[in-house]
Parts: sequence; structure tokens; C-alpha cells
Amino acid sequence: MLTKNAAGVAARKRLCMTVNGRAVEIEIDIRESLLDVLRDRLQFTGVKQGCSVGECGACTVLLDGTPVNSCIYLAAWAHGKSVTTIEGIAKDGVLSPVQEAFVEEGAIQCGFCTPGLVLSTTAMVESGHRFTHDEVRRELSGHLCRCTGYQKIVDAAERALREAEAAADGSPV
Amino acid sequence: MIGASPSRKEGRAKVLGTSTYTDDKFLPGALHGVTIRSQVPRGILKAIHFGEGIPWADFTIVTAADIPGTNRVASVVDDQPFLVGIGDEITHPEQPILLLAHADRHLVEKARGAVRLEVEELPAILDIQSSLNLQQVIYGTDNLLKEIRISKGDPGPVWAQAAHVIEGEYQTGAQEHMYLEPNAIIGQVEGKGPEAQVTVWGSLQCPYYVHSALKQLFGLPDEQVRVVAMEMGGAFGGKEDYPSVNAGHAALLSWKSGRPVKVVYDREEDLACTTKRHPSRTRLRTAFDADGHLLALEADFILDGGAYATLSPVVLSRGAVHAGSVYRCPNVRIHARAVATNTPPPGAFRGFGAPQSLFAMERHMEVCARRLGLDAVELRRRNFLRMGDTMATGQVIREDLDLGGLMDRALQESRYQDKRAAFALTNQEAGPLRRGIGLSVFMHGCGFTGSGESHLASVAGVEGLADGSLSVLAASTEMGQGKNTVFCQIVAGALGLPYDMVDVAVVDTDRVPNSGPTVASRSTMMVGRILEDAAIGLKLSLVQQGFLKEPYTAETFREAVRKAVARLGSLKCYGQYHRPPNIAWDDVTYQGDAYPTYSWGCYAAEVVVDLDTYEVKVEDFVAVQEVGRVVNPILAAGQVEGGIAQGIGWGLWEEVTTAQGRMINNQMTNYIIPTSADLPRIKVVFLENAHPAGPGGAKGIGELPMDGPAPALLNALENALGALRLDEVPMTPERLLVRCEEVSHG
Repeated sequence: MLTKNAAGVAARKRLCMTVNGRAVEIEIDIRESLLDVLRDRLQFTGVKQGCSVGECGACTVLLDGTPVNSCIYLAAWAHGKSVTTIEGIAKDGVLSPVQEAFVEEGAIQCGFCTPGLVLSTTAMVESGHRFTHDEVRRELSGHLCRCTGYQKIVDAAERALREAEAAADGSPV
Repeated sequence: MIGASPSRKEGRAKVLGTSTYTDDKFLPGALHGVTIRSQVPRGILKAIHFGEGIPWADFTIVTAADIPGTNRVASVVDDQPFLVGIGDEITHPEQPILLLAHADRHLVEKARGAVRLEVEELPAILDIQSSLNLQQVIYGTDNLLKEIRISKGDPGPVWAQAAHVIEGEYQTGAQEHMYLEPNAIIGQVEGKGPEAQVTVWGSLQCPYYVHSALKQLFGLPDEQVRVVAMEMGGAFGGKEDYPSVNAGHAALLSWKSGRPVKVVYDREEDLACTTKRHPSRTRLRTAFDADGHLLALEADFILDGGAYATLSPVVLSRGAVHAGSVYRCPNVRIHARAVATNTPPPGAFRGFGAPQSLFAMERHMEVCARRLGLDAVELRRRNFLRMGDTMATGQVIREDLDLGGLMDRALQESRYQDKRAAFALTNQEAGPLRRGIGLSVFMHGCGFTGSGESHLASVAGVEGLADGSLSVLAASTEMGQGKNTVFCQIVAGALGLPYDMVDVAVVDTDRVPNSGPTVASRSTMMVGRILEDAAIGLKLSLVQQGFLKEPYTAETFREAVRKAVARLGSLKCYGQYHRPPNIAWDDVTYQGDAYPTYSWGCYAAEVVVDLDTYEVKVEDFVAVQEVGRVVNPILAAGQVEGGIAQGIGWGLWEEVTTAQGRMINNQMTNYIIPTSADLPRIKVVFLENAHPAGPGGAKGIGELPMDGPAPALLNALENALGALRLDEVPMTPERLLVRCEEVSHG
């Protein structure tokens, strides 16, 4: 691999970020995507590569709470930021309410799109906003799924949102 | 257990992100492998040149000359080479020529671009008609990969006497599977020559297909080849036969380098090079009496099979049998051909030929109804198959079949007649929007066609483990459809044990028997039935050997298994497929019971068309089906909803665009599959009619939902827009514009 680019600038960089709450410091090639760094160097293989062009959403991670396609996001841009991958969603092996909803509603088939969808749904839940049915469908439309026809995924997202709203209101679901 | 929806076995791992898909497996010292492809549709390979600036000495390079065994991919016909050798003929533009491997994934990509092929180009055949015309003979003597004729009665005298004779031609395009996980394989060969041990881990539907392919490629016996199915990110048929090719490539690179080699396609390569749904052209001719009874049917059904036979003979077979569709007809001639073209071979895709021929028939019935001046619902009702009727192959319907009732339920759930009446008024209004509702009625044969299941003679088993739990031994793979869950339900149900007491063994050819390929809507019905037998056999064996007394509880059963395993060392019971006694099939005449039974469906689609943009939005979708007893309602509904989404994509949006036989929209950016924002809520209704051949009465379900959406959508478009030449899918806005202009310009 090159160590300097054409302009003679060092092509490597020390990247400091937080991944799933733990500080990570790693030397990277500035051309590497966040996806490559997370999967190949840090072994967060729950981050999936489906298209490499930011179209399918399988590589979604949360960056300071916001979903991004890590395949088209340079790792260098994550410097100083907090990254959440699917591996950081369950706490001590206990599924989050979003993960529970995906299991319960039958929203999982092959599972390849699941990590990205769980993360985007988590961001929706944590936003505290209320979403209509059409808004849920639009919010999740950046994630391609070829197995489910999306119906049970939308059901799972709406269930998680409903539960979160009820919890915020203090009323039973 | 049958009829319950326990949680998906591997669901927790999938939602935690801990499932291991092929690319998630890292072996120390592994190399990355890539494939250099022909890029021209037809020619003779003259030479391979290695460009400058690449440290070629550091690369593992494999050509056809390196192949230790037979350079043919084991399939229905062994006609496809793993690699084209120098002096040999290139027959399609994505044909593998050369393999490269290196530890640096980026360098191997750079090297890929530095290889130049010298090819003497030959004129190519790129479409069905040119192949039929024999403009070039590119396969055998007649360009035919397979030809099938099905005959019943004699249509000959009918044409002249019938009140109505109606002809039509229908076409369907290629479709990409677009499983979210691209094809991926890891090969590892340990030892050399006749001592070599070949192992592959991969995203593959049919471990024993790959096993056969590797044995032939390396000339090795069964026990020196091992195939392990990893977690699979979708397949839909796209990982049925292709993994025999890329597994061979990964194993060849490992054999030469002595290191494990990972071959993971990126999305562009996967779309351009791997299989698709076969493009088709169907010509239909039907005769009706004055009352709208079908008297004769002629179908000329043609598939574009690409450059090699691959699975085309069996895709054609299913398509040909389904060309007779759900209607009673005394006189039938079906002529089916798969023709060769210089394009990458299509393969299996959910439905397997049936969606193509059923699309033609269900569009044609709508056209016929219009010509006969009858309501299309009524025309169908007059002609539906019923118990005692014979199908095109002479198969007698032995089950209590009520297609009229099935259709009535779909009419009622979709409010079909009310909506038709309402749209007739609203479509008169000014403005660009036109609404329509349409339906389709169809069936799907369960399991392999004809004598396929008898030839497979599948074996599956149940093993008792040391802790007293049970493990399912089958080569059937989990691709998301729910095989793990359903198999455990079937075994637990057969024994009256809790679901949690049963799990599935890793699908590894060293460990599980050949339960056949995971295809053809056969896993639940065919393999499930074998497992039911194996489970009962295991119990009887425990009883006969004195480990277990009936009646038993889960705890006493667990204790019996524990003791038996401790005493005997291992406890396994296998079952094997047995042809039901009343099923007969003749491979030569294509007469008999093409399938042990069929699943049946009626789908209703509602659309709105914007005449400013010709965009079609699907507003509502109702899916009524009879699939025997439903084993797991949540998983079954998931199969239906997902299949319908793929069917809607095929019907309206998904278009494979090619230039010189190569797919040029080979990215997710410009090959458009449905998103969550594009689909309506789908109402799924199961009418249950237990069938004795399946476990707990279950029939097949996986493919059926692919058959109905496309014709229902185009029938809805006809309702919205009036009589148009709606003869092709995908009916993209561009095609719809052309059809509307044909009418307005006369």
C-alpha cells in the first residue's frame, strides 16, 4: 500500500474514535472506508457489505446517533466521533426493545439487512419523534431487503416506536 | 407445534449481528481471489497477456491448463467449463478465463485490470429469435438446450369448429435475484495430488451439488471433499447452481497456492455474471365454445437459456407443465424449448419457469374474456380444474379442489367488484390518475418435477445428543426462509416434544446426509415428511431397546436419549423419500403425475397509473392461497409477502439492460428493486386443506407467491386503462407509454 499520496502527503492517519462505547485508536490508510476499518481491522462483522455504493443500507452504523452508510463514509471522517454498530445494541446479552420487536414480529429472514435496519429503527426510537405509517416506510426506504417485502419490518419498527412512546408517556403499551 | 409460530431458531444471532456469513469467516493466511472474464460474447481465446507494473511472481495464477480433474461443472448436462483454455471457444461475455489470488485485496483488484485477453471474435447470438433462426449454430446442431412436448387429446379438429379461436404472444424479461449478500466462497485444499482434502465454506443452497462439482473438478472421491454451508444472506435460487462454479474457482486457487482463498464477488460482478430468471416468449392459441368453455390450448413456450444448459432443462420442464395452468382443457399441445444464446446462463429463480408460462396464461385469459364479451372472473370460473379433472400431463386431480371458493375469497377480501364499479366512474374524471384492480389464479407444483424426487431419493435424519436433546440431520440450507425453525417444529411435533428440545446440525457434508437441494418448494413438504418418519423411527428404536416407555414426558424422553447415547455411543435414525403409491410419471412421454400435489393461489392487485408520468403505484394487494396445513403462520406469511414483493418488482420495475450480451445496469443504483416506500400493505390469507403427502398436512409454499403478482398487476392496468397491448413484463413507464400511444395513434 502507498504511504504517501501523489501530492507527497502522508496517506496514513491515526484515527481516534469510540466504537460501541470503547475508545479505539488505530492507524489507517486515508482511503479506507469506515466499513473496511470496522470489518477488516476491528472485526465488527455485524456491519455488512451489500453494494459498496451507499444504496442498500446493510453497512449502516450510527455516527453520534445518526445512521450513515459506512461503505461510502471515509474512516478518517469518524475521527473524534462515536460509532455504534449492531454489536453495541444489546446490553450484556439482553436484546434491546428494537431487537426484541424484530424477533417477535418475524421481521428477520436471511438477516443480512437486519443489523442496518435495527440501527436505523433505533435512531428513530431515540429521536423521540412520532412517525406516521408512511413516514416509517419512507424513513426505512434506504434499506433494501429482498426477503420480507418489508411488511414485518415496518410492523417491528412501529411496535418499537409505540412501545417507546408509551414508556415516555408512562402509559401501558 | 404444527400451526404455531415459535421464534426463528437463528433469529437471536441475526439480530445481534453475530451470525457468521461467509465473508465474516477469517482464516489465517487467506488470499483474495478474483476472476478474469471474457468480455466478448463469442470468440476463440488466443492468448493471455500480463501487463506491466504488477508483481506477477507474487500472485497465484490459475488457468484451464492447471485443472487437475475434469474442466466441466457437474450439472444436468456437463457442458460448462470452469475456465476457458487457450484455443477454446468463448461462448458468453462473462465467461471465466483466468483466476488470480493475492493477500492484498487492493492489489489483486489492480492486477485484474492489467490482464489483457487476445480473442478472435465470432458473430454472436443474443436473443431468442436469432437463436431459433439459426443465424449462427452455437450449441449442438440446432441451438436447442432442451425441447419438451406435452400432449393431451387432439386440438387439430377443434380450431375449425370452435366458436372462438384467440391467439396471443407474451414476453417476460430477465430478473436479478438481488439477495443482499453477494456470492461468497472460501476454498481450502490441504495436501497435494490424490491425497488432497478439499473444503469449501460458502453461501450456497445445495451443498451436495457443490460436493459433486468439486469431486469432478479434482477427480477425488466423496470423502476427500467437504462442503459447509455458512449463514446465507438470501438466495431465491441464485445460489442453487452458481456456487458450483465459484467454489471450484476458490478451491483451484487454494490447490495451487496452498493457502485458503476467499472469493467474494462485489455487487457489480455478482449482477453481471451470476444467474438470472430466464427471459421467455410464449405464444398461446386457445379455442372456446360459445359459452366460454375452453376446448383447446396450444402453447409455444420458449426460454432464453444462455450459453450452457445449466438448469435450463428443468426450468423448462416446470414452465412447460405449468403452461397448462389451472384450467380444464380436453385438447392440449405444449411445445417447450430452451434455446442457446451467447449470454451468461440464467438459472433457478423462485418459480423456476412457472411464473413465465403462468404470466402468459393469466394475461391471455383476460384478453380472451374481452374477446368473448365475458367477465374475466366468470370465464375463469367456468373453466377451473376440479376434483376428477385431468391436467395437460394426464394427471388426475385427486384432492378436493375449490378454485372458485379460493377466488371468491380474494374477490371479497379485495372488494374487487365494488372497486371495479367505483373505478369505472372515477376513471371518467379529468386529471391524470386512473385506477384499476385485477386478479390472477395460479398453481405451483410441490417438489421436483416428474420423477425428480425418486431420482434424488433424499435422506434425512434425527440424532440424539449426549445432553438428551435432538438434532436434525439434513443438507437443506437456511437462506432466510425458515428451514431451521420449521424442521425443528416438525420433529418436535412428531414426537410431542417442546420446540426447544430440537435444533439443527451444521450443514456440513461430513456430518449430514444428502436431503437433496434446497429448492423447488420441497424442504417443508418433502424433507419435512422424511424427518417426520425419522423422528418416529428414533422413538420406536428407543422403545424397542428398552430406553423409553410410552406415554412419555419431555423429561423422560430426554433421559432416555441421554442413556441411549451413553450406552450406544451414538443415536441416529434416518428416513428416506418413498414415492407415494398412487404417483406415476413417464420421463419420455411427459405423461403422469408431474407433482405429488400443487399449492393454489388467487391474488388481487390494485393499481393507480399517473398518465403524466406513466408511473404505476400498487395501492393494495390481497393474496389468498391454499398451501395445505400451514406449519408456521408467521414464516409462511413472510414467504408470501417477500415473494409478492419480488413479483411486483418483476412485473413493473426490474429490468436487466444489456449491451452485447452483458448486463450494463449491474448496480443497485440502476437495477431497481422495491423499497419499503414502494409497496402497499399485503393482506395474506391461508385456506388450509391438509394434504396426506406432507408433514402434518403441509404442502410447498416458497415459490407460489412469485407466480401471481405480475399477471394480476397487468390485468389491473387493463382495468385502469382499457384494452392495451399489455403483453410483457416488466411493464415499465416507458413500455406503458408506448402501449398507450399505440392506442391513441390507432
